Amino acid sequence: MAWRLLLRDWKSGELTVLSLALIIAVTSLTAVAFLTDRVGHAVELRAAESLAADLRLGSSQALSESYLEMAGQAGLRSAAMTTMPSVVFEGDNSTLSAVRAVTPAYPLRGKLKVSSKLLAPALETSDIPAIGEAWATTRLLARLGADTGSIITVGKASFRVSKVLDFRPDQGWQFVDLAPTLLINMADLEGTGLVQPGSRVSYRMLFAGSREDVLGFKPRLEELLAAGEQLSDIEDTNPQIRSAMDRSGRFLNLASLVSVLLAAVAVAMAARRYALRHRDRIALLKCLGSQQTFILRLNLLQLVMLTIIGAVAGTVLGYFAQEALAWIARDLIAQELPAPGVSPVLLGLVTALFILCGFALPDLLQMGKTPVLRVLRHDVEPPPMRYGISYLAGIAAVLALLQWMVRDVGLVLGIAAGAAGTFAILGLAGWLLVKTTGRFRGVAGVAWRYGLANLNRRGRESVVQVVAFGLGLMVLILLTLVRNDLMDTWRDSLPLDSPNQFIINIQPHEVPQMQQFLVENNMDVPRFVPLVRARMTAINGQDVNQISFEDPQGERWAKRESNLSFADEIQIGNQLTEGEWWQPGTENHEISVEVDFGRELGVKMGDEVSFDIAGEPLKATVTSFRTVEWDTFRPNFFMVFSPAALEGFPASYITALYAGSEDDAKVIELMRQFPSVTVIDLEASLAQVRDVMDKASLAVQAVFVFTLFAGLAVLWAAVQSSLDERSFESAILRTLGASRNRVLSGVAVEFLAIGLLAGLLASTGAGLAAWHLAVNVYELQYHFSPVIWLTGPLLGMVFVGASGLIATWRVVTHSPVSVLRGG
Amino acid sequence: MNTPITELERIALKAENLTKTVTSPEGMLTILDHVSLQVSHGERIAIIGASGAGKSTLLGLLAGLDLPTSGKVWLGASELTALDEDGRAALRADKVGFVFQSFHLIPSLTALENVMLPLELANHDEPLAAATQALQKVGLGGRAGHYPRQLSGGEKQRVAIARAYVTQPTVLFADEPTGNLDQHTGETVIEILFRMNREYGTTLVLVSHDMGLAERCDRIISMEAGHIQQQQQHHSGETAG
Repeated sequence: MAWRLLLRDWKSGELTVLSLALIIAVTSLTAVAFLTDRVGHAVELRAAESLAADLRLGSSQALSESYLEMAGQAGLRSAAMTTMPSVVFEGDNSTLSAVRAVTPAYPLRGKLKVSSKLLAPALETSDIPAIGEAWATTRLLARLGADTGSIITVGKASFRVSKVLDFRPDQGWQFVDLAPTLLINMADLEGTGLVQPGSRVSYRMLFAGSREDVLGFKPRLEELLAAGEQLSDIEDTNPQIRSAMDRSGRFLNLASLVSVLLAAVAVAMAARRYALRHRDRIALLKCLGSQQTFILRLNLLQLVMLTIIGAVAGTVLGYFAQEALAWIARDLIAQELPAPGVSPVLLGLVTALFILCGFALPDLLQMGKTPVLRVLRHDVEPPPMRYGISYLAGIAAVLALLQWMVRDVGLVLGIAAGAAGTFAILGLAGWLLVKTTGRFRGVAGVAWRYGLANLNRRGRESVVQVVAFGLGLMVLILLTLVRNDLMDTWRDSLPLDSPNQFIINIQPHEVPQMQQFLVENNMDVPRFVPLVRARMTAINGQDVNQISFEDPQGERWAKRESNLSFADEIQIGNQLTEGEWWQPGTENHEISVEVDFGRELGVKMGDEVSFDIAGEPLKATVTSFRTVEWDTFRPNFFMVFSPAALEGFPASYITALYAGSEDDAKVIELMRQFPSVTVIDLEASLAQVRDVMDKASLAVQAVFVFTLFAGLAVLWAAVQSSLDERSFESAILRTLGASRNRVLSGVAVEFLAIGLLAGLLASTGAGLAAWHLAVNVYELQYHFSPVIWLTGPLLGMVFVGASGLIATWRVVTHSPVSVLRGG
Repeated sequence: MNTPITELERIALKAENLTKTVTSPEGMLTILDHVSLQVSHGERIAIIGASGAGKSTLLGLLAGLDLPTSGKVWLGASELTALDEDGRAALRADKVGFVFQSFHLIPSLTALENVMLPLELANHDEPLAAATQALQKVGLGGRAGHYPRQLSGGEKQRVAIARAYVTQPTVLFADEPTGNLDQHTGETVIEILFRMNREYGTTLVLVSHDMGLAERCDRIISMEAGHIQQQQQHHSGETAG
């Protein structure tokens, strides 16, 4: 019975407003989730290009072919690369090169870029060198004085250079990548005779496939790995990319959070309107003999039905909206997005349920309490709703939902506190407005008086609208101006003049000479950081080979050669999270450990770590932990020692500096004057990281488009919620002889006033929120923008005024008679 | 109070010492002051009086829509004032029909669905057939699929009358049934109301300003300032049942 009644109700469109608000909410949220899922995965894939694969297996021993077979059975594509240093000859010239032999599928992620000759434009290719051909980097060709077409000799084999190798996705900038690359076909490797017992060969196998297949394959492969075989995925490599991904993930989550809050506000308003409109029906049903349980069942059934409709329609629309968006952005995304996962579907259902329970149920239940006497006396209302108590459920629901999505209690609480503060401030200011407007009633004409009187008389409703509009506008401002500010600030944190030349192997005696050189050439003199190579031997006296590490990454860190550094002062971009930095000049052996590294290694404050440095033992105590901004591209170390600990050990120095294209000659001169140092050009790696950031920021922008729709839904719901009352009032005014223009002017005054205050509050809120997000969440410097303060009130008045007039247009175009007769 | 069984069988509705007070900004306000009343089965009474005399309050208490501050109400053998809200609702579903001044049709339901509603609430076996028949009786068989907004005021009230009679209630309460209608339409609606009343033998409690309408009832109760001022037997020429 309740079901049939509801279906009829549905058919006649009485639930449209509420369900539409919910559908918009779920649509925007699931579209965000679908897109986040896909773009997030695409960013991962793009980041995976720096591995040229999803998984990379490396060893100094030949790898078993059975791994390839296993990967094939698991549905993964695979490729192999064998790398060894070798001297390459062209006529009388020769140079050291990293010879890389690859199989046809290489690279599995990303593309090689080649050009037909030196200085020709580089194009992407899916090929690898044909048998008998080789692709050489510009550096290699320059050193040999060769170009494409030259014949070069490697070991026992000769190759014709057919292309200039401009870019490898996995070229990286690690120390092993120093020698310029010569790429050849794996089939030619044997002919070179370079692979001999004792030769320094590095073997790699690359694997890539669908996310599920990779995730399934990785642990199975890990179980079979022999000693010395190392498996890497994107999580393990390039801390810069990890850091960039982490930030983009936070941006995307922020967008989702805003959608949730807006959706909840829109649904609450729509539910309120629905409840107000249906009090008469509840009274009538009771009058006709409906019992409380029936009314309750009716309400709950409504809720279930709305949940299902909202979740299904919203999720489907969300999927298509996201598809449409991906299509629109197809040129910008520059690569095919992977298929979305199923988790957004669940999110759609949970969202619809949480939002309805938290924000629609209180009003629906309140509606159920309408006294039956209302059938006789229209002024009989349900008992006043205890909004504080009823919306506690709503707030709890939103918090639970946020936590489910973000899984970061601190962030959720921060946002919740911000939202609560915003509501309180907006509410207070709205109340002040309502109090104040009364004084201005007499200053202008009838329209003015009518508009302001409306504000005053609808006291609580006006405050609610100011809060809603204020919040909506705040988000709009956050999404546009502040987002741009934040994005710019974020990108500026990796400015174009980031160091792009890494100089390593600087001997201690060369440091002052090089500083002198830089000064003479008008270049910035960067900090020279000492580097000591060491091997970790024990933690708290326990042999690292005996320790069972909880984190396999920690075990790898412990067992491989470490780069240590020492300093009297903490590096720029490093921040202590625990402990204290040592007193300059201390005699103690102290270590400051990068916090993630420390966690993976399992070391704590006060732990004593032992090292072997060129046969000499060293012990030092962990006295602090710190975070590192990896994406600044300055030399940074997981472990920094007090100078007393490392002084006297053989050290070399490294530094990083920025050299623009106009500085090329100076860099070449530097290399000539310091022949033993190695200069590494990071420009290519930097471009790669910037590309990842660009893609991530595009995703953020796309996501915010949907949040914008949610903001509009709130405005729409707010106007709708007062429409019935306005229809009636306008009908009365027009019956009394007011012209359409006068009624419209009154409405305009009211909405402009609401818009002005909401806009002012939105600017304040957005400014503060942006400052909080920048400083506390994204760890960026933020500067207050005066544009926001102008935009808020202006936008508020235009937007709220226009929306209000458009939405209430119907009120003055409808015949007053039909309104007064109750339709 | 012990009421003899025989009397209970004869009496459709009985009120005893009904008092209703409400809190107002000026203090306690007595809307009904010790009102007692009996209505026999099949009897038609009209409650008249000026605005604020307490007519609608009395109607609400008699129908169990509200509870008195003191006093008791019986509907047939059941003491309404001793029941909780669900108990009163169940009794209304079983025995009571309503016609209101502002019709109170559910805008989202068609005319036919509006008439079916009380039958469905009472889990009637054949709501469709009974509702269709009731609509035909008020002359709106051809407008069953229309929504309230597509009907005129008189048609809406006829649908409301069909809805009121479709459960064949023992008592029908009508609150200013012609208050929102022009005179001609009002007369048509009243004709239908009384015809149905005769047909079903229903007890009718009617609140009105309209003396002409009141005079068609068996008894007129005049109210003033919360008291019954006068009860006047009236031979309207209408014959029940």
